[in-house]
Amino acid sequence: MTTTTSTEPKVPAPRGGSADAADGRERVSAFWSLSRAMLLGMKRDRTATFFILLFPLVFLVFFGSVTKGSSTPHAKVAQVGAVKLFDSMTGEGRSELDKVLTITRTDDEAGTLEKVRKGDFDAMITQGADGKVELRYTAADQVRAGALQGIFNSVVQEANQQATHQAPAYVVDAQQVEDKSLKPIQFLTPGLLGWAVATGAVFGAALTLVNWRKTKVLRRLRLAPISAGTVVSSRILVSLLTAFLQTGVFLVVATSFFGLKLTGNWWLVLPLVACATLAFMSIGLLAGSVARTEEAANGISQVIVLPMSFLSGSFFPMDGAPGWLQTVSKVMPLHYLVDSAQSVLTRGGGVTDALPTMGGLLLFAAVLTGIAWKLFRWEDA
Amino acid sequence: MTAAISADGIRQRYGDVQAVDGVSLTVEAGEFYGILGPNGAGKTTTMEILEGVREPDEGRVELLGMAPWPRNPKLLPRIGVQFQASAFFRKLTARETIRTFASFYGVGPKRADAMLERVGLADKAETLTEQMSGGQAQRLSIACALAHDPELVFLDEPTTGLDPQARRNLWDLLRDINDEGRTVVLTTHYLDEAEVLCDRVSIMDHGRILHTGAPAALIREIDDTVRISVASGQLPVERARELLAAAGADVATLEDDTVSLSVSTRLPAPVLSVLAEQNALRGLEVRGATLEDVFLQLTGREFRA
Ligand SMILES: Nc1ncnc2c1ncn2[C@@H]1O[C@H](COP(=O)(O)OP(=O)(O)OP(=O)(O)O)[C@@H](O)[C@H]1O
Ligand SMILES: [Mg+2]
Repeated sequence: MTTTTSTEPKVPAPRGGSADAADGRERVSAFWSLSRAMLLGMKRDRTATFFILLFPLVFLVFFGSVTKGSSTPHAKVAQVGAVKLFDSMTGEGRSELDKVLTITRTDDEAGTLEKVRKGDFDAMITQGADGKVELRYTAADQVRAGALQGIFNSVVQEANQQATHQAPAYVVDAQQVEDKSLKPIQFLTPGLLGWAVATGAVFGAALTLVNWRKTKVLRRLRLAPISAGTVVSSRILVSLLTAFLQTGVFLVVATSFFGLKLTGNWWLVLPLVACATLAFMSIGLLAGSVARTEEAANGISQVIVLPMSFLSGSFFPMDGAPGWLQTVSKVMPLHYLVDSAQSVLTRGGGVTDALPTMGGLLLFAAVLTGIAWKLFRWEDA
Repeated sequence: MTAAISADGIRQRYGDVQAVDGVSLTVEAGEFYGILGPNGAGKTTTMEILEGVREPDEGRVELLGMAPWPRNPKLLPRIGVQFQASAFFRKLTARETIRTFASFYGVGPKRADAMLERVGLADKAETLTEQMSGGQAQRLSIACALAHDPELVFLDEPTTGLDPQARRNLWDLLRDINDEGRTVVLTTHYLDEAEVLCDRVSIMDHGRILHTGAPAALIREIDDTVRISVASGQLPVERARELLAAAGADVATLEDDTVSLSVSTRLPAPVLSVLAEQNALRGLEVRGATLEDVFLQLTGREFRA
């Protein structure tokens, strides 16, 4: 007969059953069936699928499409009356021009100018009898205005040259340098992916914990002869699978539709995402341990994930942010995930770039899990 | 052989509420034991303490010779628990649910499915638990508690919300598992249920056990009381009181719950003649004492299920 212990831990020591072989088998089957139960539940939960997979993807598609065309501003230009400069252009020159400009002919100068003001056209072009070409443009979009000026200057210059029948003395062969940091999709993909993974793991862990506590599933688990380790590891498996699915979908969509170019060590993003998932789960675990209701867990998670995503450069680069904000972002695991994911995905970063980040993320996860463990409650009351 | 359960002086307080106020009980192995009491009596809290999911403020519990608190993994496979509210994973079907829980105990899918069948849910196997009716969820919850063949079973109001047919079926099931030698502890609001199923019942109110005994013995203690009731609305309760007093009837209780006018008495004849004179015999029922009367006598108030 055992004696009643007088120690009163808040959380009973989580421990597996006796260590015979059958017991080991049981634990394995419990691990798989618990993982399966969670995966099925998630798969059938439309809202969860939406927020974990589709919502981030919508962002990627949206940002990806918006920024896709921005490197070649296609301008709408209204031509009033005859403009010899354009009208005389034929063949290759003309088709090159049509690639960047849409030229609409009109005769109403005043009306067209008004349209330019309103933004219906980006610019208006006229040519006086003296041959002077006039370009009137709005500077609402500075990039486009600059590009427009450049195009006209070069057209005019070329026309002048042709008029003098002289070979140009100097030719500038300008080519854009493939500066990866400038191509939006190259930083959007790791950034939004990081945000998606953080959302999935934080919310997943927090809501599951609170929901299980509230519906007494947690009590069921506690009454079953399975160890806390089994429960935790199957939750980790589910979160990892989710994160890898997100990563896979993101990379496929970004490379096939938005021209993302992966660099050699891109696969390093997988262990990075795995370590980050553990870090994010620990945040969710903490939120779920503190929160009593699902609404509270939701709120706490949101309050953590959203600012963290902004500060970590998930949506736009933080290079221009004030120094103190950049310092704040340095305590956030997402910052390191985004940074390292960018490095290995698009800047040719290697193992040496990724390893310290992974270590840091794991350390973060360990510390937060420790705190969450202390605050963990099996029951509501 | 040690008792299946022995509890001594358990107390539990929630803020101002003394939910359990010094409960001691012993349940023998193989016994069918009932805890009977109205809402808020402390039945669920007592069960939770016995099961080892709640640590009592005071008192000592032993299940099968072991302390259930702190969590004791050796004990867990030997007990089965059904909670008052069903606790299922989200978005799983009945079959997936019971198979998942069964797997925690190393019980295979075949046995899990058989259990599902045994509680009459075979045709609901592919239904999501969220879409099951209250009674179906209740039965699934019971099946989950029984799938791993526990020797000690705790059921918290297992028949609440079941239709009469399902209730009878569940009674049969519970009797069967008890006949197989398992110890069953159940709480209920239904006196007839306790009367039919339990070897012994404890009547509980305000966190205390008022009386414990075999239902028949409890009833025998007050078996000279007869309960007479007629349909309500034929005779105002005040008028009835006057007439019965005038007729010299010995009335233990008299009340009208708007459905029926009920009188408990040791001498039915004068009461019946008063009712007959007033032509108030519609819906007449005369029955001997039940646990309800026991409860009434113990607590001084009507049992409210
Ligand atoms: N978690 C809790 N926090 C605070 N008070 C509680 C809690 N659980 C129960 N109580 C209170 O303790 C008392 C006993 O509750 P308990 O659930 O044990 O009653 P019960 O006999 O099971 O009732 P019912 O028949 O309605 O299920 C009630 O007054 C209830 O309000
Ligand atoms: Mg209860």
